[in-house]
Amino acid sequence: MKLELTSEQRSSQKAFRAFVEEAIVPYADTFDQEECTPPDLIKKIGQQGYLGALISPEWGGRGMDMISFGILNEEFGRGCSSLRSLLTVHSMVTYAIQRWGSRQQKDLWLPRLATGEVIGAFALSEPNAGSDASGIEMQAKLCGDTYLLNGRKKWITYGEIADVYLLFAQCEGSIAAFLVESNFPGFRRQPLRGMVGTRASMLAELILEDCQVPVTHVVGRKGFGVASVTTSALDIGRYSVACGCVGIIQACFEASRAYTSERKQFGALLKDQQLIQQMMTGMITNLRAARLLCYNAGYLKDIGAPNTIMETWIAKYFASTAAAKAASDAVQIHGANGCSNAYPVQRYWRDTKVMEIIEGSTQIQEINIAGYGYQGFYA
Amino acid sequence: MVTDSKAKIREFLARFFQDLNLTDDEDIFALGFINSLFAMQLVLFVESEFGFTVEDNDLDIENFRTLNAMAALIERKTAAQPIV
Repeated sequence: MKLELTSEQRSSQKAFRAFVEEAIVPYADTFDQEECTPPDLIKKIGQQGYLGALISPEWGGRGMDMISFGILNEEFGRGCSSLRSLLTVHSMVTYAIQRWGSRQQKDLWLPRLATGEVIGAFALSEPNAGSDASGIEMQAKLCGDTYLLNGRKKWITYGEIADVYLLFAQCEGSIAAFLVESNFPGFRRQPLRGMVGTRASMLAELILEDCQVPVTHVVGRKGFGVASVTTSALDIGRYSVACGCVGIIQACFEASRAYTSERKQFGALLKDQQLIQQMMTGMITNLRAARLLCYNAGYLKDIGAPNTIMETWIAKYFASTAAAKAASDAVQIHGANGCSNAYPVQRYWRDTKVMEIIEGSTQIQEINIAGYGYQGFYA
Repeated sequence: MVTDSKAKIREFLARFFQDLNLTDDEDIFALGFINSLFAMQLVLFVESEFGFTVEDNDLDIENFRTLNAMAALIERKTAAQPIV
């Protein structure tokens, strides 16, 4: 067993970090305060190939292995969780189409998703359906060669600007997945502002009123088939969020290390105060543990192991709760400065509350992971 | 080969559902404890265990409803692959 990155993965990590340091870190607080991601930055991210991370080179993507994709999300998460969430939702859509779409859908969508010409978003949650995803109320009715969709989706990350949504609706007694384009008749969207965290991720509410979706835009089969579409896309999203949380812990650690190496109280640097050291030790060890859990989840994806799904639940659970602790401690370490928007740790803290809710809330994780512990997979 | 595949599927199912004694033609979905998470893990299992990719048009519940159906799917998909 080898627990080290390949030279290619290390090289990719350096490139990801260089990009994030140059294009994202200096501006992340501004994005957060203005609740907006500039279109030019999204274009740059597309030009780097990061939006095509999971798309095969056959369709113009980078075809990354899952460890590299995890590292990409970690580096983005270290810089800005809002931008990391763009990778999350866009990759959920690209993955679902590449894995379960028809040949025509792959040829039509993947090249444009790979470059960022088209931005994808994932539309499952509704005002009355969050954790209880099977309780979605959006309805799809077949009329000739068109489905008419009626209902609302809420909390849709980058929903304000996406060109195409992987959207789920109740259809003839089971759930179906549709590719809904933002210019379809009967589709409109409203931005959601004032969120506590990931404020630059341009959330929106989608309103569909007899929205016309061609039958060619159905992804996979209804019922049993869509279970695979939904679960596999959510699995990618969960993995992305988990790795992004590792990035948040890294950012909290770096900020706290720098601050405690300069700030003095009672005649001594903070880093020499034992209760500060206690918090730093928590960050260091949780960072290691979270990263290894994410690498494990990514490795299991790369080898196609069935237990990758539950191991990804474990990674997300640990990484998100550890990130919340790290960010809380980082603000505590910074004192009043930590409560000011002149320092990034308050942004990390607010973002981590979102991480404990999205892609499987902490409570849902606790229920599911306990169930996994009683199965024959768990050693 | 078909007998082997059924035995392997039984072993996989036993990890999730203790004391499950399935007949070859028993409907696993009628047993009432199959959810979307399990469905995806089942798909990943047959892919990794038997070395083929489940395509979109294979994702028909009829292909996964019974041990016989799954064995038939595995037989079809593995027979279709070139010998290397």
